[in-house]
Amino acid sequence: MMEFCGINPAVLVASLMVASVPILLAAIGELVVEKSGVLNLGVEGMMIMGAICGFITAVSTGSPLLGFLGGAAGGAVLSLMFAFLTQVLLANQVATGLALTLFGLGLSSLMGQGYNGIKPPLTEALNFGPLSDIPVLGRILFSHDWVVYASVAIIAAVWAVLKYTRTGLILRAVGENHDAAHALGYKVGLVRLLAILFGGALAGMGGAYLSLVRVPQWTDGITAGAGWIALAIVVFASWKPWRVLIGGYLFGGISVLQLNLQACGSRIPVEYLSMSPYLITILVLVIMSSGRGRAALNAPASLGQSFHASR
Amino acid sequence: MTATDRPPLLAVQGVTKAYPGVVANADVSFSVGAGEIHALLGENGAGKSTLVKMIYGLVKPDSGTMTLRGAAYAPSEPRAARASGVAMVFQHFSLFEALDVAENVALGMENPPPMRELAGRIRQVSQDYGLPLDPGRKVGDLSAGERQRVEIVRCLLQDPKLLIMDEPTSVLTPQEVEILFKTLRQLASEGTAILYISHKLEEIRSLCDAATILRRGRVVATCTPRDKTAREMAEMMVGAVLSPPERGARRDWPATAPALQVTNLSAASPIPFGTSLKSISFSVGRGQVLGIAGVAGNGQDELMLALSGELRTAPGMVQSFGVALGAKGPNTRRRAGFVAAPEDRLGHAAAPDMSLVENALLTGAIRKGLTRNGFIDWAATRDFAERVIKAYDVRTPGSGVAARALSGGNLQKFVIGRELSQSPDVILINQPTWGVDASAAAAIRQAILDRAADGAAVVVISQDLDELLEIADSFAVLNGGRLSVPRPVQGLTIDEIGLMMGGAHGMEVAHGHA
Repeated sequence: MMEFCGINPAVLVASLMVASVPILLAAIGELVVEKSGVLNLGVEGMMIMGAICGFITAVSTGSPLLGFLGGAAGGAVLSLMFAFLTQVLLANQVATGLALTLFGLGLSSLMGQGYNGIKPPLTEALNFGPLSDIPVLGRILFSHDWVVYASVAIIAAVWAVLKYTRTGLILRAVGENHDAAHALGYKVGLVRLLAILFGGALAGMGGAYLSLVRVPQWTDGITAGAGWIALAIVVFASWKPWRVLIGGYLFGGISVLQLNLQACGSRIPVEYLSMSPYLITILVLVIMSSGRGRAALNAPASLGQSFHASR
Repeated sequence: MTATDRPPLLAVQGVTKAYPGVVANADVSFSVGAGEIHALLGENGAGKSTLVKMIYGLVKPDSGTMTLRGAAYAPSEPRAARASGVAMVFQHFSLFEALDVAENVALGMENPPPMRELAGRIRQVSQDYGLPLDPGRKVGDLSAGERQRVEIVRCLLQDPKLLIMDEPTSVLTPQEVEILFKTLRQLASEGTAILYISHKLEEIRSLCDAATILRRGRVVATCTPRDKTAREMAEMMVGAVLSPPERGARRDWPATAPALQVTNLSAASPIPFGTSLKSISFSVGRGQVLGIAGVAGNGQDELMLALSGELRTAPGMVQSFGVALGAKGPNTRRRAGFVAAPEDRLGHAAAPDMSLVENALLTGAIRKGLTRNGFIDWAATRDFAERVIKAYDVRTPGSGVAARALSGGNLQKFVIGRELSQSPDVILINQPTWGVDASAAAAIRQAILDRAADGAAVVVISQDLDELLEIADSFAVLNGGRLSVPRPVQGLTIDEIGLMMGGAHGMEVAHGHA
């Protein structure tokens, strides 16, 4: 196996798959939210709420599985607040989302007091028996915990639901033209509420993965911008589920590479690598929108607009 | 046949619906028989839309009852209405541009079959009724007429007993209207009742068996349209005698370069799913009105943007009195004598949440000199706004009211008045009387003609052919981003105009076989 500066490609790929789980989960959740026409900029806040809620649940029950459920619940509860403000009170979505992030950061820090320095129960890799002994592939494909596989399965499920089911069609319709969807008798507010809850739960689960598996312990501000990367990935993926996977692994790969390069004393400043996900997103946006206008971007047409049934 | 000869399919009795400050429907009663094409006539705000929304389950009546096929009928939501056999084609299409035809159809159905089967049924129905459609195409790429076919096919697939059509012909070419009418007559002969909302009286005379006329939320008359003239019906709608606009005496203006000269104007559309402009040329002199017709979405918005300066082009493409303005923005053009009133009142022609005074400033600042050294002269601005309100009979509690609070017709009068009061040399208007009632529309048309008599060059883009024929001196058609050669209005027939508009987009063939 070719190695560069002590970086083993198989190990690199395996670890980027783990590193990208939180942003993958948050991004696919946010994709569903945005497909319904809602722009929730509070991903970072929901993730960190999931991180602390998941951590507390796992530590107090001793079950990592319950921890992930607790994380999902934490993110969903915070997103419910967003849903109430934007769907019922028709507050501005951008402002509410930003407030949600700040609120989540603060509240998680408060809830996390007394949980610093504790080790959470271990989430173990699944046992694939001899499969994991296959050279290279075994390390890449069969050495992970269940959440890694779940994240890919969720992306596949979201893709299939959006493309092939009536539920997905209604969700896309609400995001494309909420007035028309309302005129046809679809409950725009309800569809959006459910989408927001789904997005909140997945962001929370992604956050829990950080505090239970990636780090694994609780520290303030543990998400460190992962929510913003997730938001960027949705745009980078031009609202297509499989591209979220590509984007997630790309950005996850960059963060892993950055750690490895740091370890082997590369002369590229780390900051360039941390910037690169955002730079790439901007580049992708520029390239895509230079073509055939907004339609080519594939953005849901009602994205970020409040819906008020006036008629 | 008249309404009484048929078994009543839908009966509406004493329906009332009030909104805060306005009674939309007061004690409305009428009935529609099976196989009857029944017109609902009335001006904007007469309560037609509210009435059909109640029948379609979008709005709940405050009091009154409805009966459908002999049973009490009170749909709580459109789903329930569709389940009872009521289908509706909307005025503003309820379509999703980014989805394909089959997906759009599926969204309007209660229990759609699997997509592949649905595509087959769409093909089947669209062939049966002479409305060719490709289920796999994106709706955003379709013409207005084709989009309407999507809506109609969506309704037909549910085998409706009552089909509601809200102003279906406003976006169609005359030939497409003829084809639509054939389809509707075929449906009626199969026993489907059709409730047809329109304010195009000649169409109603040729299509409908009976008409119910609404004014200010009340039924004021019922009639058999064939037995009445269009003028009689219009006067029943308005409740007053109407007079056509008068032209001022034609004056001879000193020979100069044309007030507006457009030469080989080409520009890519900045609008998603928009139409690019392709080498458009025309010129308008002082005192002339050029009417530009065309089905919506054929480049009207883009042409308006290019003329007003929101979309910039090569300098020579737009000239005024020999000065090249193509590369200049809206402010420079306003200084040069241009005024523009785009189609979309809320959000483009006026800022919805700003007061009328502020909105008056937004376009009047330059020509009326309402700012000094970067500071706003509020007294002069308020004065300007109030003069517009007075001169154009804008019904509003005051000039400090937000634009959003005005009814569509009143805001339109304000927007048009604001532009026409700036002593312009070149007037650009897109859809001057869209959604405006007949008397206000007449006032707006008169004001346009008065400005032309004062020496302004006017370009009116409209989808209302009657309006263009009434006020324009010359007439051209936008089709696929190209402009036909302008022709004098005198001597033009509706058929010729229809051909200029591109016929019916390949529909004659389909109907020939049907």
